[in-house]
Amino acid sequence: MKSKMNVKKMLLTSLVLLMSLSLLAACGSNSTNKDSTSNGGSSSDKKKHAIIFKNTGNPYGEKMMQGFEQVITELGHEAILKAPDQPTAEAQIAMIEELIAQKVDSISIAANDNDALQPALKKAMDRGIKVLSLDSAANAQSRMVHVNQADPERIGRTLISGIAEMIGGEGQIAILSATSQATNQNIWIEWMKKELEDPKYAKIELVKVAYGDDLRDKSVSETEALLKSYPDLKGIIAPTTVGIAAAGKVLTDKGLKGKVQLTGLGLPSEMAEYIENGVCQWMYLWNPIDVGELAGHTAEALVKGTITGKVGDKFTAGGLGEMTIVEDGDGTQIMLGDPYKFDASNIAEWKDVY
Amino acid sequence: MQRVIADKQAWSTKQFFLQWEWILLVVFIGVNIMNMYLSPYYMDFFNLRDATMAFLDKAFIVLPMVFVMILADIDISVASTVALSSVVMADLYQRGVPMEIAVVICLVVGTACGFVNGLLIVKFKELSAVIVTLITMILYRGIAYVILENQAAGNFPEWFGYLGWGYVGEIPFIMIVFIAFAIVFGLLLHKTTFGKHVYAIGTNPTASRFSGIPVDRVKIIVFTLTGFMAAVTALFLTSKMGSTRPNIANMYELEVIAMAVLGGVSTAGGKGKMIGAIIAIFLVGLLRYGLGLINVNAQLQLIIIGGLLIAAVALTQVKRNKSA
Repeated sequence: MKSKMNVKKMLLTSLVLLMSLSLLAACGSNSTNKDSTSNGGSSSDKKKHAIIFKNTGNPYGEKMMQGFEQVITELGHEAILKAPDQPTAEAQIAMIEELIAQKVDSISIAANDNDALQPALKKAMDRGIKVLSLDSAANAQSRMVHVNQADPERIGRTLISGIAEMIGGEGQIAILSATSQATNQNIWIEWMKKELEDPKYAKIELVKVAYGDDLRDKSVSETEALLKSYPDLKGIIAPTTVGIAAAGKVLTDKGLKGKVQLTGLGLPSEMAEYIENGVCQWMYLWNPIDVGELAGHTAEALVKGTITGKVGDKFTAGGLGEMTIVEDGDGTQIMLGDPYKFDASNIAEWKDVY
Repeated sequence: MQRVIADKQAWSTKQFFLQWEWILLVVFIGVNIMNMYLSPYYMDFFNLRDATMAFLDKAFIVLPMVFVMILADIDISVASTVALSSVVMADLYQRGVPMEIAVVICLVVGTACGFVNGLLIVKFKELSAVIVTLITMILYRGIAYVILENQAAGNFPEWFGYLGWGYVGEIPFIMIVFIAFAIVFGLLLHKTTFGKHVYAIGTNPTASRFSGIPVDRVKIIVFTLTGFMAAVTALFLTSKMGSTRPNIANMYELEVIAMAVLGGVSTAGGKGKMIGAIIAIFLVGLLRYGLGLINVNAQLQLIIIGGLLIAAVALTQVKRNKSA
């Protein structure tokens, strides 16, 4: 039977529940958004620029958001940094809704799905919010401009010539990608396949494209599966920072240094160990901080009206210099530059940077 | 002397207000007040309206999941059912099948998935529902991957976008459909013989069988309904995303089960009310939205929701021990 004790206990528990909730929420709001209440009105010159990355816990994404935040704060605006706990378009749609409700001035997004964000981002643009994608593109209809890390053609072709040199021009290779919908990954893979059509790579066979979903454990098991299914595998290209680090670990643990070559796109701080131990002779990347900074300057230019996202628009992106908007399929983009090569000779100086 | 056993418990005001659903309602109001206090953008009709559209898609599955859990079963294949029915629909449409027919086939596929679950569960009684639906979870998702081969499919006709983004007057279309389904499922659970059978089976399946309740039939119907509602979710979610892919609705099963548990539906079966689950849907949805509005990071949001769930489970446990 229900006693008085029981009533008290339940009321007390719900009270504690409520209090802990508000406490937690208050902590969160303090740490991420210091002056949201004092800056309630958007009448001032202080604009709100938001960035949404693919998912949390990705050091590459954190660097990118850091670059974005730095530029926005230096320009005297407020930066909102967001990333869902799962790398899904569903979660990003919910975040876009939250940002529309907060009446932000711009949204920069690294898309988890090329097409699925279109209705949500279109809604944002209809409300007057400037939308751009960075790193991983949203389709041309759902953005005003895309900030590209580097020329995708150069990335794809460079990775193939790199692995070809490492394996001596013949043998089986495999690609370890992120998710199968990641736009940037798929474009690089397409260029890799085009580069492989060159007769000088006739003896190289691409046996599989595996998807590690940018999750560490899945990338590890996908690498192990590749090694098991293709015992003659000579090389792995992992054009994703999570994938290449996971592959580096597997190859090191299994003592396959020199037997299976590894290259791709990796973070110097995560890959230093494997470049120094020789499992990965060299790899490439651009500076994610620069990508974030460029997105910050682009967002500012869009909100100010300096650019509209048309081909030929020019603006100055702080220390990054003059940028010009160029064509990209049926949309437009801004390119940061060439991929940069990291090897044993320069990894030591870069590993502390990012 | 004749002894009369009432078919209903005597009315008690104290009992009435001690119900889990009231506590939920208090927490729900508390969350709303907290959100209002934390963000100046929260109490805005248009914002709130659009926020509900973002989480109602998975709420359709919570309704039949309440039935499943009252039966003391569980269905973890629902997210895979969403993926398979969505992918089949998109694939057929791309092959030239008219969208109207593809939508109907989506519902048929979902219903069939649910029916297969139910059939396997009553045919292989030594296997628990969690094992059976674990198998079909992998199977359905696997078929979805075979059909679309890791690609996305979309470019649906204009009208299809209305499901996820359209309004009737000022009210979101998805909200109206949800309310209609919620009423139907609520009545089915609380006002029909079928609903009484579900409670009886969840409390004591053996006794139910001996009392002439068609246990197997009830189970098959409940699981089939779950599959059907997963297909309804597939329609709204696909519409909202404008395209689909095999890994759509990833982890939805956990969110759905979590909402039902928070709603006071016991995983041990026999206990729970529809209204509790419905309050829980809005509680979790609006809590997440409020935390998102003040840009709380995703991990902290998970911790808060996890804490809420632990508290819910602990509280129902306290209640059960006391009343036992």
